Amino acid sequence: MSPVTTRLAPPQEVVERALAVSRAEGCVVIVEELSEAEVRFANNTTTTNGVRRNRRVAVVSFRATGAGPGGPAMASASASGSGAVDVEELVRASEVEASGAERADDAMDLVEPAPGTPGHESFDQPPVLSSPGVLDGVVAGLGDAFARARTAGNQLAGFATHGVETTYLGMSTGLRLRHAQPAGTMELVARSADGARSVWAGAASSTFADIEVRDFEERLDRRLGWARRRIELPAGRYEVLLPPDATADLMVALSQALSGRDAEEGRSPFSAPGGGTKVGAPLCPLAFELRGDPAEPGLESSPFLVTAASGTNVSVFDNGLPIGRSGWIEQGRLARLQYHRAAAARSGTQPAPPVGNLTLALPGATASLDDMIATTERGLLLTCLWYIREVDPVTLLLTGLTRDGVYLVEHGEVVGAVNNFRFNESPIDVLARALEAGHSERALSREWGEWMNRTAMPPLRVADFNMSSVSPAT
Amino acid sequence: MERIRSQFVALRDGQVETTVDDTEVGVGLHVVRAGSFGFAATVELDPDAAARLADDAAALAERSSAALGTPVEVAEEPAHGEVEWTSAYEVDPTAVSLADKVGVLEDWSRRLMASGSVDHVSARVLCVVEDKHYADLSGTVTTQRRVRIYPLVEAVAVDEASGSFESMRTLAPPVGRGWEYTAGRGWDWDAELDAVPTLLAEKVAAPSVEAGRYDLVIDPSNLWLTIHESVGHATELDRALGYEAAYAGTSFATFDQLGTLRYGSPVMHVVGDRTTPHGLASVGYDDEGVEAQSFDIVREGVLVGYQLDRRMAAENGLGRSNGCAFADSPLHVPMQRMANVSLQPALGPGPGPSTEELISGVDRGIYVVGDKSWSIDMQRYNFQFTGQRFFRIDHGRLAGQCKDVAYQAQTTEFWGSLEAVGGPGTYVLGGAFNCGKGQPGQVAPVSHGCPSALFRDINVLNARAEGAR
Repeated sequence: MSPVTTRLAPPQEVVERALAVSRAEGCVVIVEELSEAEVRFANNTTTTNGVRRNRRVAVVSFRATGAGPGGPAMASASASGSGAVDVEELVRASEVEASGAERADDAMDLVEPAPGTPGHESFDQPPVLSSPGVLDGVVAGLGDAFARARTAGNQLAGFATHGVETTYLGMSTGLRLRHAQPAGTMELVARSADGARSVWAGAASSTFADIEVRDFEERLDRRLGWARRRIELPAGRYEVLLPPDATADLMVALSQALSGRDAEEGRSPFSAPGGGTKVGAPLCPLAFELRGDPAEPGLESSPFLVTAASGTNVSVFDNGLPIGRSGWIEQGRLARLQYHRAAAARSGTQPAPPVGNLTLALPGATASLDDMIATTERGLLLTCLWYIREVDPVTLLLTGLTRDGVYLVEHGEVVGAVNNFRFNESPIDVLARALEAGHSERALSREWGEWMNRTAMPPLRVADFNMSSVSPAT
Repeated sequence: MERIRSQFVALRDGQVETTVDDTEVGVGLHVVRAGSFGFAATVELDPDAAARLADDAAALAERSSAALGTPVEVAEEPAHGEVEWTSAYEVDPTAVSLADKVGVLEDWSRRLMASGSVDHVSARVLCVVEDKHYADLSGTVTTQRRVRIYPLVEAVAVDEASGSFESMRTLAPPVGRGWEYTAGRGWDWDAELDAVPTLLAEKVAAPSVEAGRYDLVIDPSNLWLTIHESVGHATELDRALGYEAAYAGTSFATFDQLGTLRYGSPVMHVVGDRTTPHGLASVGYDDEGVEAQSFDIVREGVLVGYQLDRRMAAENGLGRSNGCAFADSPLHVPMQRMANVSLQPALGPGPGPSTEELISGVDRGIYVVGDKSWSIDMQRYNFQFTGQRFFRIDHGRLAGQCKDVAYQAQTTEFWGSLEAVGGPGTYVLGGAFNCGKGQPGQVAPVSHGCPSALFRDINVLNARAEGAR
């Protein structure tokens, strides 16, 4: 597949043009260049496929509103558009909205250029495009896989996608930054013809060089083999083995609850009784680390903040702010919550914006999932979790389903496939009841992988996992 | 070719937290060639770029045919010529200034924060205007505008001593209307904002529910979401045939059961409709040039129809598509998406039961109001829902709120327990802006109308107890 070609002006020109016509006291310009390719398939045939190029331009204008009580008094507003936008029109739209805006709660001085800022040296380089033919190997492999599946009486379905997003950030302070973020995922589901057995395998990859359809088939064949024996089990609390992908399903949800402001205001699972937050409090007996780090090997993400809109934990005033390593949980204790600069200043803590990756690790853990299966007396081996939603924000209780493979492990061996369950569990409690963790590896959350696919997670052994009811889905 | 203008404004405790004003413009081109689909899209709008798209899409279709099992066909649709369609609205919400939007949300926030029972308030509004131009080789050329809006306010009460908190939000649904909605056209905002602080205070003081089996009277503000998940998605034919097996899932309502599956009790009558006034999925023509229609999905409790696009209709010999193709972006390929799928109220003679009359028939039960948490399995059997407000029913009368309620059921058992539906006077159109499906993921707006309804003997969990360690 070759990417769609475009004749748009270079992104750097768009940045400079917008800054040149800006009449505001401050201006931020973000240009995102996206190139993507994908193929989707089901019932042993390709169903949709596509290639696309997209450009998104966002302009944030800042207006001084007079003296503020504790810092610069500024208002901001943004306007964004796709494609061959009229940049001056976008700048004027953001200025008009900023002129009517009130003093921003998150106002801070805009970030100034600083020597050695990561991303500065590459600003003049062109956008990175998803490589021509990046999915050709997958498409070719699928043709053979479909033929084998038909012979075996199975149905294959899945999706492969690869893209690169190159972001250009220009600011009226003179800051110029660029970051290229490749991302890709491959998912494959195999279902027996009668629909009674269904298995899933997924992986995230930045290049697709490490993706072989045959490897996926072998993983699925192993699990389809396990599923030849069917065992019905009732709802209840079980010891479970969570593969890294399922651990990611729960930990990504936990990472979305790390707002420092929410915790300080008493509306978070990390709010402390009596006021304040639980930072410093022990969460789990095992010395887990939950962290985000733009330099995490294999999970590299943007080393500076880019946002066209403020939120509870991010601020347009923080564009260009270097992002470093944040240890959210360290040695089993809640170590840090997320704040933009203004909220951090009010709270007397350090800014900690969200990071584009997530790693859970138990230092020193070396076991693989197969090692942990071999040492299991009786427990359920899951594949992944699905349709996860918050039930109780006070405890971060989540509900969801097991999907595409639950297996009973007895005396160190997988002895058959079990029915699916609905679970009701909090990821905070899952960490607290974790009995064992293996070594962390690249994982793909089935539930959240579409927007958070840079995760490294360990397999976990968790006691008393609450399977609330049986799901007859297969 | 499409332009989508989206604006989002959020206030936290009366202060602006987030503003977004985005315009997406682009063109997508879909071809059938060599028995395969090919799709290409770009943000460039000049004729040369469009011509390059055609080449790209055709080449893609040819290359993909190598991995093709069955050649693609699409159902016939009459040519409709050049036509225009606009949804019903009075004031373009994207033409309202940011300051005016903030002003309304500030006023709503102040009114709630003035109450001693409210510690925090979140207020937000999302407005979308879609302008879409469609043309196909059969001669159909449509130009359509759809306008929609979703304002929402949530109040939070914090118990700092225990580290606990409760929330309650407005029930006003997202609708296919303009800015006039915030001024009271289609919803009584004053009445609802006045009621929320007292309701929240009652909820904070309410007893936690005792888990067990209860009769439920479910308000339309909650039931719309149960319909969406357990009927709307389950009756999408692409799901039933396995085309969503890797992502959204399949369906227990398999194609071989069309006309025979006992979905629910005989009072269950569900219609798919893309013509509903102010419906979020309402449109003149779908994204394959098919004219909007209304069609039965469940009649007297039996599955009688599916939602279709042209490929699904042709592949299964169902004749004409019922017009459910939609793409959420010019850069995304159209796929089968949900119509406004609605449970019909009791039909005459007479006005049918009121909500109070349904409640009067319950000895021990719960009246469930407003949606909150939702989850259902990948074949649409097992679901669990919570809500905003729960009122105990004791001998036919409301007896104060309880909290921590989650109801859990299997789809056909749940709908089989439907004893009565309210009359047209209880019917409300609910809905969502953000129904997700497909890979790459697409979101679609959709409405679901329903009356109040009475369900017997449903399993109710205590959510706090479920999370207890």
